[in-house]
Amino acid sequence: MPEATTIRLRDDTPCMEPAVTLEAFAEQTNAVAVRIEPGGDARELLAHLDRLARVDIAFPAFTDGRGYSAARILREAGFAGELRAVGDVLVDQLAYMRRCGFDAFAPDAPIDMADAEAAFARFPEVYQSAADPRTPIWALRHGDGDDR
Amino acid sequence: MYAYDRYDQAMVDARVAEFRDQCERRLAGKLTEDQFKPLRLMNGLYLQLHAYMLRVAIPYGTLNGGQMRMLATIAEKYDRGYGHFTTRQNIQYNWIKLEDAADILADLASVEMHAIQTSGNCIRNISSDHFAGAAADEVADPRPYAELLRQWSSFHPEFSYLPRKFKICVIASEQDRAAMRLHDIGIRIVGRDGELGAQFYVGGGMGRTPMIAPLIRDFVPLDQLVTYSEAALRVYNRYGRRDNKYKARIKILVHELGAEEYTRQVEEEFAHLLEQGVEPPLAELERIKGFFELPSPLRHSREGGNPAEGAVREESGPPDQVRGDGFESWARHNTHAHRNPDYVSAIVSLKPVGGIPGDATADQMRVLADLAEQYSFDELRVMHTQNVVLPHVAKDDLPALWQALSDAGMGTPNADLMGDIIACPGLDYCSLANARSIPIAQRISERFAANGKEAALGELKLKISGCINACGHHHAGHIGILGVDRKGTENYQLLLGGSEAEDTSLAKITGPGFDERGIVDAVETAADVYLREREDGERFLDTYRRIGMAPFKEALYA
Repeated sequence: MPEATTIRLRDDTPCMEPAVTLEAFAEQTNAVAVRIEPGGDARELLAHLDRLARVDIAFPAFTDGRGYSAARILREAGFAGELRAVGDVLVDQLAYMRRCGFDAFAPDAPIDMADAEAAFARFPEVYQSAADPRTPIWALRHGDGDDR
Repeated sequence: MYAYDRYDQAMVDARVAEFRDQCERRLAGKLTEDQFKPLRLMNGLYLQLHAYMLRVAIPYGTLNGGQMRMLATIAEKYDRGYGHFTTRQNIQYNWIKLEDAADILADLASVEMHAIQTSGNCIRNISSDHFAGAAADEVADPRPYAELLRQWSSFHPEFSYLPRKFKICVIASEQDRAAMRLHDIGIRIVGRDGELGAQFYVGGGMGRTPMIAPLIRDFVPLDQLVTYSEAALRVYNRYGRRDNKYKARIKILVHELGAEEYTRQVEEEFAHLLEQGVEPPLAELERIKGFFELPSPLRHSREGGNPAEGAVREESGPPDQVRGDGFESWARHNTHAHRNPDYVSAIVSLKPVGGIPGDATADQMRVLADLAEQYSFDELRVMHTQNVVLPHVAKDDLPALWQALSDAGMGTPNADLMGDIIACPGLDYCSLANARSIPIAQRISERFAANGKEAALGELKLKISGCINACGHHHAGHIGILGVDRKGTENYQLLLGGSEAEDTSLAKITGPGFDERGIVDAVETAADVYLREREDGERFLDTYRRIGMAPFKEALYA
């Protein structure tokens, strides 16, 4: 695992356990880290979220967007552990990943931290409610914040 | 029409800065072409045969004079002095340099425009009825709902790397003037027991596997529109095919699962998402609706009646004057009934005889901007038929408007007639095309101008695509033409019986294809069969549906 290049937006101690596959997790009920491939169903984990410290979601190709839905599904179900995007993770997708609930990134090719921070700060507001705490523009317009 | 607040402006400005940075990294070699391609596509930038093409979003086809003037400026400053209006109600520029792309987006942002998500595997620019808000037959103006969805879909974090492109259309009348059921999601705003809501049709599309979208939900309450859309998209993002780009559109998923099973999955996801608070409050929809209120002079007719109550009236057409200079013909063909009986919506034809369908020069765009300000409350629409609408024109102003349009080469009286051809850019521009479309459109237009049959033929929608991707909507043409490559030569298949209207149907191939000259003859032969066989009041499409393919085949392949 390319730990050296992992970008982590959490303060807790990282879980260093290797991730098991979804299939293996069904039998290895003591595993605390799981890896979901693009075709895997994140909802298979919903009954076990409280004992998972980390979920790795694989992006074999950055153009395959299934992992964005997997991440949101886990966060919508209340998963509070580390959600790590692994694989073909590029700076231009980081902000969307974060909005879907990812808080750690293990890119195949290292991403400069300054570039990552610039990407996170690029858009001043957001149009949608997603899996991050940002307030959507529609909420800002109607009282949750100032009025113009 | 909608106007940006500081939030909308800040988002578009941020996008310009982001894309400028991405272009610079590409030019510096820090992004590979594979990495850059999806990013540029999501900003409307395609690599075509000869240069980059930039597709600019015109949300639900609505724009004002100032915006049209900016489109003219861009055509002159960065392109070759013209632009091409498309079946997506957008405009494309065909000769763009990568180095200029960010500057163009900045110019667009200065007039509240952008190219966000006009390409790529994401939710595209949302289309609508070109007479939205003006037509006499709507239950509401569909554009506020389209704008709500535009904002929801812009920079959507979950749905920006979908299996394939995703097109949404919103209309609000029984008449379908926007090919609603040929979209990935087609929404019709309807009234039920005094409440407005939305019908959702999902899984339509043209392309190489044309499908008419089935009805998934008959009534989605207005305060659940975004949530329902999100559910429909999530099921697609998770389960749409990614193994084959030709099977990746949502229509294939809906077809393979079956509409019932797809619906079940969407409803399950919808029930879950209702708990997630993703829906903007109705107050946001009300705020947006405020921008689309009819200008006050349009709200009252001279008789003082309430135009909103007025159904389409026979006499709500243009004034009947005998002038003999072509005005009557134009007024008869190129106007549409308005909610206010003192007004009409006027169709500006971008299909002069022998011209390139949908092309307009910078000068013509400026004329349109001026005329919109003078005669149409500063509003214009782009039609999916590649024409332009001035939506709110007083009947008394029609002669002067027609004169000005004619002087600028935009007064051709051919809306919905043979000469009003939809054609994709084809092999003249497009790297996907197998055959040229534009010259075929030009030859057919010239043929029917010369033989004088256009008026006798009446409504006849001819649509030409230069490959099976069907950008020219050939599946939905009363007469469709599909260009293919046959052993290195351009060959054209003829199709009959399609419709993109409320009676949606897919056209069928007549038989073996024709060469470039033969296809023009074939279209005339099919037209002649109709003229011979038609009964009173029948359009070409009606006759075809009554008599079937056989008489046409007989004439074509005798």
